[in-house]
Amino acid sequence: MILLAFLLPVPSVFIADMITLSPLRWGKPYESLDFTDVVHFDTGEPIARVGNVGGGIVGRDMRKAHKAREALLQFSAEDLVERCKRAAVLFESADLSVGDSLQSVDQFVHQQSASTGLPEHMCRSNMAKNSFVLSNIDQILNCLTRGLDLSIFSRGYGEEGRGVIVSYQSQTPVLGAVLPNNSPGVHTLWLPAIPLQVGLALKPGSQEPWTPYRMVSAFIEAGIPAEAFGLYPGGHDAGGAIMTKTPRSMIFGSAQTVAQHEGNPRVQAHGPGFSKVLIGDDVVDDWENYLDLLVESVLSNSGRSCINCSGIWASRHTREIAAAIAEKIGTVDVLPPSDPDAQLAAFTVPAMANGTYAMVQQDLAESGVEDMTADFGEKLVEREHCAYLRPMVVHADSPDRQVASKEYMFPFVSVVECPQDQMLKRIGSTLVGTVLTQDPKLIHAAGSSVDIDRVNIGPIPTNRLNWLQPHEGNLIDFLYRSRAYQVADMPVPAHA
Amino acid sequence: MSTADYTVSEEVAQQASDARARLDEHTVKTVHWHFSEETGSPFWLEKKAELNFNPLTDVKSFDDLKKFPHFEDEWLRGGPVRRWVPKGHANKPTYVFETGGTTGIPKSRVVVEDHWKDYELFSDTLPEKYFPQGSNWLMLGPSGPRRLRLAVEHLAQYRGGICFCIDLDPRWVVKLIKKGWMDHLEEYKKHCIDQAVTVLTAGHDVKCMFATPKLLESLGEALDERGTSLQECGITGIFSGGTEFTPQWTKFCVEELLGGPAEEGGVYMTPTYGNTLMGLACSKPVTAADNYKISYFAPQPRAVTEVVTFDDYDQKVGYGETGRVKLYTLTDEFFVPGFMERDEGEREAPFETYPWDGVSGVRPFHELASATTVGVY
Repeated sequence: MILLAFLLPVPSVFIADMITLSPLRWGKPYESLDFTDVVHFDTGEPIARVGNVGGGIVGRDMRKAHKAREALLQFSAEDLVERCKRAAVLFESADLSVGDSLQSVDQFVHQQSASTGLPEHMCRSNMAKNSFVLSNIDQILNCLTRGLDLSIFSRGYGEEGRGVIVSYQSQTPVLGAVLPNNSPGVHTLWLPAIPLQVGLALKPGSQEPWTPYRMVSAFIEAGIPAEAFGLYPGGHDAGGAIMTKTPRSMIFGSAQTVAQHEGNPRVQAHGPGFSKVLIGDDVVDDWENYLDLLVESVLSNSGRSCINCSGIWASRHTREIAAAIAEKIGTVDVLPPSDPDAQLAAFTVPAMANGTYAMVQQDLAESGVEDMTADFGEKLVEREHCAYLRPMVVHADSPDRQVASKEYMFPFVSVVECPQDQMLKRIGSTLVGTVLTQDPKLIHAAGSSVDIDRVNIGPIPTNRLNWLQPHEGNLIDFLYRSRAYQVADMPVPAHA
Repeated sequence: MSTADYTVSEEVAQQASDARARLDEHTVKTVHWHFSEETGSPFWLEKKAELNFNPLTDVKSFDDLKKFPHFEDEWLRGGPVRRWVPKGHANKPTYVFETGGTTGIPKSRVVVEDHWKDYELFSDTLPEKYFPQGSNWLMLGPSGPRRLRLAVEHLAQYRGGICFCIDLDPRWVVKLIKKGWMDHLEEYKKHCIDQAVTVLTAGHDVKCMFATPKLLESLGEALDERGTSLQECGITGIFSGGTEFTPQWTKFCVEELLGGPAEEGGVYMTPTYGNTLMGLACSKPVTAADNYKISYFAPQPRAVTEVVTFDDYDQKVGYGETGRVKLYTLTDEFFVPGFMERDEGEREAPFETYPWDGVSGVRPFHELASATTVGVY
């Protein structure tokens, strides 16, 4: 049964306290004349209005981007780290000035859930994730820099401790980012820029302006200079300008977006993860021991993340594995976003759910592919302003099936039958690869596979990241270039 | 402003009434021209047979144009283009201007002198202080079979100047966007801007220019990167148009690109609205005090804009209310008895300078917006 409780009128907080979010130009709010409403995913009611800017304004500001870095260089990296830790606490617990309003944590969660369709408890957990990264930024930087003294990044060179000079040259005064609409968990990726003394030029997602605005407010409240921050809501024009005018930027989008920027050293493109769990022949007969791990990897965060598992590969028992996962998640239904048991996020654009479902139907039409969740009711749940897709588990009898390489924005996994010796040759691009095995040969091969970005050996759900390790490339290598820096004493002048 | 709030002075009301009378008279004259066997175009004379009324006797006022079916711009695709030339102009040199055409057959409009007349009227609205007579011009907009390119050149010549132009193929720009070749798009934009910078820095004494908003923005940026500015290059007057124009962009342009309003920054910029069918609508002076609101007024009686309801295109909305833009062209060269433009906006009241209806807040018609590529160059 599909619950309809959340079709009740929207709590008045959304309408009476509608926030206006203005662009921020190196710390100064800008009064735009062009506004876009952020609307409640289920009712269509406006909950915020966001002032937009065009590419011209972004372009002009980027010509002053050096001032953002100069402002950060007024503080030592250690000082900025401490301020970041304060910002983490503020972000997660304080009432903060966001746009023209004072925003509590609860309001933040309500607003983010209302515009993204993500259940509130998932918004809270994404908030905790962002805060965790910022709270532990010293350890994270220590690991990403392999223990380098952070002043080396400020000065551009320094003594590593082995009698050798190392030099890391900043490649950009600011990091640009075109942020996603509906994935509040990705913001951890740009947070380390600040203690690395690199400013931020962010284009907030049109439905998820909340995290960048609140995070920037927390940074400023924690004493980090406002001049280090630019927030540029707007259309493609603004996003395009950020991408072309900042020497280093990141963008979040589809596989096409990633392909478009492939090989461009100025751009870090984040898209689908195609994360997978590979089960070795040595443990596959005990697959039931790993069922909870598999379910968590597929279902967490409503299956929206690039770190959610979209493929489970094994040489045998695949049908049983798929059936067992289907039994666990096939019953998951739509619940109000405030329900702590809600597991599904809404598609805020209903056509996207329809389109996704049509693609899944196409996958299922292929011989050798079976919907293991077919007995658990309708999958597409349509509302007036949004839609949902309920979890699906499909079985593929071979990696040749098209569905073996698919990833969708809802809890969807294909369990693929594949001989162990073929797995690593066939999996394709895999952001997180959890390999369940004790077979040294498979462990070695997985560690050598260039298709796997983050490798987990042993029972680690794909969604559980160790933040002390790099994610989709090391941000240090993106923002700084390691290079030679030789120093010799000048000869003493003859007249001295 | 709602209709209920709408009031005009007695003087404006009288002016509006006079203008209406002139429009009615002009309408009857124009319809007679286009539907008389001696002067009309083959297209309209043929169309006349399909009508259930006689335009020569049944059109007695502007409102009677509603008896015609809406003009369909699809009629303009393909030849023979001569069918659009009124017999009364049959032996005159004729231009053909195109719109669209990135793929397939473009829409064509024939013109004899309309583009000259429209821009001569527009010329009268330009302040002499910022658009000095005798100044040379830069046309930073589309080249090729475009009305705009020749019209701007005529405007410069009419004002005693010489017009410098660039090569810019908007069809290639649209193709680059559709292909997703954004690097190529950026390079092509640079190629166009480089041409403009070359003209402006070659000692040609260019003081006035036309530019689309996006190209003006790019030119300002390119000059800034070279350590100079539009002002330093000698530009004092800009008329801009050709693509969507928003108050926010105007604010950015005036306050940042041009260093403030004309009296402070030294450069006067006026937005315009137009197309190949209608010609050119001027804008009421745009000010910060009015939140850079842009209101356009057609060159009545040669062209008329109405703002009509979304469900009945013969019904005007109240003043300040939103509707779809409807265009009429009533010249002796071209007759458009009501064309539904792909834009919407708010109906504006008459005022002293333009004592007839205008339209503000022009933006792509919401039902077509997602399918429309706007502001591509």
